[in-house]
Amino acid sequence: MNEILPILLAGVIAGAAPIVLAAIGETITEKAGIINLSIDGSILLSAMTAFVVSYKTDSLLAGFAAGAFTGAAVAAVVAVFSIYLRLSQVAVGFVLTLMARDLAYFIGNPFSRIQGPQILPLPIPLLKDIPFIGEVFFQHNLTVYGSLLAIVFSWWYIYRTSYGLTLRSVGENPSASYARGINPHRVQLMYVICGGLLIGLAGAVFSLSTKPGWGRPQGAEGIGWIALALVIFGGWNPVKAACGAYLFAFLQVMGIYLQGWFPSVPAQVFQVAPFPLMILTLVIIFALQKESIKVIVDRKPMLKYWLRLFASSPPAALGKQFIRQ
Amino acid sequence: MTVNFRKSVLSSLIDLAITIFSVGAFTSIILLAAGAPPLEAYYNIFKGAFGSWTKFGHCLKAWIPLTLCACGLLYTFRIGLWNIGIEGQMIMGAVFTTWVLRLGTDSGNELFFIITAFFAGMAGGGLWAVIAGFLKTKSGVNEIFAGLGLNFVAQGFILWLIFGPWRQPGSASMSGTETLPDNLWLPQTGALNVPYAGIIITISALVITAIILQRTRIGLNLKAIGNNPDSSVLFGLHPGRNMLLAMIFAGGLAGLAGSIQVSAVYHRLIPAISSNYGYLALLVVMLAGFRPGLTPVISLFFACLNVGSIQLPMVLKLDSSLSGVIQGSLVLATLAIYAWRKQKGVIP
Amino acid sequence: MLIELQDIHKYYGSSKANNGISLVIQSGTIHGILGENGAGKSTLMRIMAGYLQKTRGSVLINGFPVNVRSPEHAMKLGIGMLYQDPLDFPSLSVLDNFMIGQLSGAILKKDDFRKRLLELTLRFDFRLNPDSLLKTITVGERQQLEMLRLLSLGIEVLILDEPTTGISTLLKDTLFSALRALAEDGKSIILVSHKLEDVEALCGKVTVLRQGKVSGEMTRPFNSEKLLGMIFGTMPSHPVSLRNEPGPPLIELKAVSATGGRAGLKDCSTVIRKGEIVGIAGLEGSGQEVFLRVASGIKKPASGTILLAGRDMRGKHYHSFMKRRVAFMPTSRLEEGLVPGLSIAEHFALRYSAGRFFLRKPEWILKAEAYIAKFNIRGNPDTSVENLSGGNQQRLLLSLLSEDTELLLLENPTRGLDVESTNWIWSQLQEQYSRKRAAIVFSSTELDEIFMIAERILVFFDGRLIKDVKKDNTSIHELGMAIAGKIDA
Repeated sequence: MNEILPILLAGVIAGAAPIVLAAIGETITEKAGIINLSIDGSILLSAMTAFVVSYKTDSLLAGFAAGAFTGAAVAAVVAVFSIYLRLSQVAVGFVLTLMARDLAYFIGNPFSRIQGPQILPLPIPLLKDIPFIGEVFFQHNLTVYGSLLAIVFSWWYIYRTSYGLTLRSVGENPSASYARGINPHRVQLMYVICGGLLIGLAGAVFSLSTKPGWGRPQGAEGIGWIALALVIFGGWNPVKAACGAYLFAFLQVMGIYLQGWFPSVPAQVFQVAPFPLMILTLVIIFALQKESIKVIVDRKPMLKYWLRLFASSPPAALGKQFIRQ
Repeated sequence: MTVNFRKSVLSSLIDLAITIFSVGAFTSIILLAAGAPPLEAYYNIFKGAFGSWTKFGHCLKAWIPLTLCACGLLYTFRIGLWNIGIEGQMIMGAVFTTWVLRLGTDSGNELFFIITAFFAGMAGGGLWAVIAGFLKTKSGVNEIFAGLGLNFVAQGFILWLIFGPWRQPGSASMSGTETLPDNLWLPQTGALNVPYAGIIITISALVITAIILQRTRIGLNLKAIGNNPDSSVLFGLHPGRNMLLAMIFAGGLAGLAGSIQVSAVYHRLIPAISSNYGYLALLVVMLAGFRPGLTPVISLFFACLNVGSIQLPMVLKLDSSLSGVIQGSLVLATLAIYAWRKQKGVIP
Repeated sequence: MLIELQDIHKYYGSSKANNGISLVIQSGTIHGILGENGAGKSTLMRIMAGYLQKTRGSVLINGFPVNVRSPEHAMKLGIGMLYQDPLDFPSLSVLDNFMIGQLSGAILKKDDFRKRLLELTLRFDFRLNPDSLLKTITVGERQQLEMLRLLSLGIEVLILDEPTTGISTLLKDTLFSALRALAEDGKSIILVSHKLEDVEALCGKVTVLRQGKVSGEMTRPFNSEKLLGMIFGTMPSHPVSLRNEPGPPLIELKAVSATGGRAGLKDCSTVIRKGEIVGIAGLEGSGQEVFLRVASGIKKPASGTILLAGRDMRGKHYHSFMKRRVAFMPTSRLEEGLVPGLSIAEHFALRYSAGRFFLRKPEWILKAEAYIAKFNIRGNPDTSVENLSGGNQQRLLLSLLSEDTELLLLENPTRGLDVESTNWIWSQLQEQYSRKRAAIVFSSTELDEIFMIAERILVFFDGRLIKDVKKDNTSIHELGMAIAGKIDA
């Protein structure tokens, strides 16, 4: 067990890296009051561009930049359509998610199943030698360290800086922000694009690190939907959302182990299983928030304490449109 | 009156021209980026869809499930639900149909089993939809996530069946279960080689849906709840019950689409049995502006695009997903122009 | 700072909210803007504060024409506004609310702002805890916070839009003394109100608006009769309240508690009898909205029993209340009462075609036409309800009430309506229901209205029913104190 555990945990940390980035990107987007439903397709499209660009230029940096740019571009479409054209965010996001996926398959077709560049591990000197912790945290590649930094940084930014407070204010009540001299539309546009940048990076991490290469299917399919669910799971808090991402990655890794233990069950089942399990978790959280159940919970202090961790209220203006008169 | 009418026709035509031009420009750029000649690609899609009677027959075969799903979505959209779970509902319809048809192999009573299989398909889709509906109405789970979760479950279930209990003798593979005997297929005839029974079912579903939505109390209830669930309660309506009803309609029709995929198209259960028609149907209904009248037309167009683009990998070595790009950009362009007109005050 | 408004127009489509308004506001004064609901006061103020853009006209500050482009611009010019419905962030803390809009740089200097907030609260004798969540404090306290925020920005002109609606008498006194102190400091205060008493207590000069135009101005000492004339044109006639002898109990609440709103409903017991007209008073969110929803079955109580004509209604839904002839009418007409996107005729179809399968369109068009005529609704059967004005929406809601209703629960039935509409609605309600000895229970933010219409008055405070009196046995003053939570044994 002592040998398996660090390997398993290191696998979780590494496997969750893109999911963490995507969930944080979507959290930032929704904090500004906009739902970017396009993220599943957006991740695939970014993964494709990142792979193709780094393959053509032979530069990983260019690949990551291209991925981030793609994510930002898709997000910009969502933002402009919903903020300035006042279209339903869900409708635009959903169309884009399908379209971006098809676009990725179409353009990426000639680059399927070919060997491309891939980011190499960069163990951190000294830290990597710490028993257990070094093995779990410090023997990864740069993208994984980046995902860990992103958690801390996004939390600090949202809750500890004045920009973060402005961001939250717009998601809560754009009319009030406007009355206080903030331009809600500009703030929304900016953070939707920032969120898109992270979502694009998540795609790049997939095709250059987590599941290197391109193909149909790539393997990142469905992750965007999980990231959307994680935002709710995390109660619109990037740290909790990231915890959810690790839980999901853990389920995925467990699937591989369980496959070995139960060879009679088809492997495909274990690949799909984490998805419904994650959604099921969400269902339970939703159900526990219901008022009728809250009354029962109120009488049990222990339960109430644990539930508080999951207490989530979306930004009050999430999905609503602010119209300047 | 006539001047106004002429004006509105003219502006619609202009909108249509702008839409087609922008979509054409966008896809052409994509094609050029992929190093393919755009005109040749469009010509191949056209040839793939209308090149022969058989090819157009394939379009109609795609039109049937797509229209059935779209029909179902008209109900859920009317009450304000995003039934993304329609994929899973279609898959479960296919699973239930396959199950009944497998029982009917060598039974000697094919007609009975085919009919039962269709009802089983509706029940399967309806059941899957009701689960999502209950999650929405009883535990407040957003229907998008409930539906997605159930899609994943259905996908896992179908894989388990194909690689587990229903695997082909010899070796299980992604090509699906064993092909059903041809006396359990939906009869296909004529030069088009299409299942006319399926077309008749689809047209009746369309007509009934249009009547229910526009001429009955149920349609009014769905619309009222969709527009404002809070005040609908004051009119004595039950939002929860009506949501379940809409979901059952949608799921039943999606299940029926799944039945047709099994009994008329693939004649077996395959992992990709839904062909993504559920998701595509969402686009169809959006482009049709949620109107029952336009739905079959647009779904025929989308079906032709889908079938036509199958030609692309064979002739031009391009991926067939170009059709999805065209469909998506069409919907986006239409939405954008509509929104722009509305903001300019042309549409009230 | 001297502000001149010249010939301000603001049109919404064909309706003219402001139709050529000119006025001058001197520095160091408290200037009142009077007028009934819908006279164009809020629109004018929002234009001055940069929240709305005027259609035409000009604004001069110290003699120089300026175009107030946005609230940000207005604040730079030194103009700040307290909006009628507080524009703030309920789920954030008091301190966060204080900081938003006056931040600079990336680092959040929380301690500096906390210090500044505490200084300001001390100066005006306000009581605010920087760390409590905004949704847990009262509307009056939210207003105080907003005022301090504006002052901390260094504004010279403070606009207050209906600041005394929904706050207690005590907070009102604190507010008024703070405003006087500010005026003495040389700041200009603009007080918008539809209440004569507020303006008379505080202002040196008032401008009266009527139907989007200035209908008159007056300086101290004020002549109330004249001012009323300017506000209403002709003096409105009050509807006469009908005297009904209360009959047998209709609905009985026994120790009912429920969640919801700011305070919930705590341990409420009362009986409403046939033929009674009961007015409910209380600060907004003190439990009255939960009471009305629980009594109509829209909301299920957490504990306690409700007896409707002697029958236990525990666990029953609104639909069974409806069958027993209970009707509820919410405040927000378009959000909770009507269905936007549906026409007037479709609303009648919804109301009257239950249990049928096919709809017969000509039938409900006829029905709609009949009610449109009877209730004087400006619209035709095909008009979508969101295109109706507030008053017409309210009339439509009334026309949709079933005529054999026995218990009518109305939440702020006349909010936002002008006096004529208000009177029309009350006379209709009395005509339709009170004569037939149905019980009417209504809430209102206007004590005057409650006092004029109701025979019996319930006062809610912090989720509790703290006073239940006959109108004849109480006074407006006593009710005012009760609303603030002060009851003498």
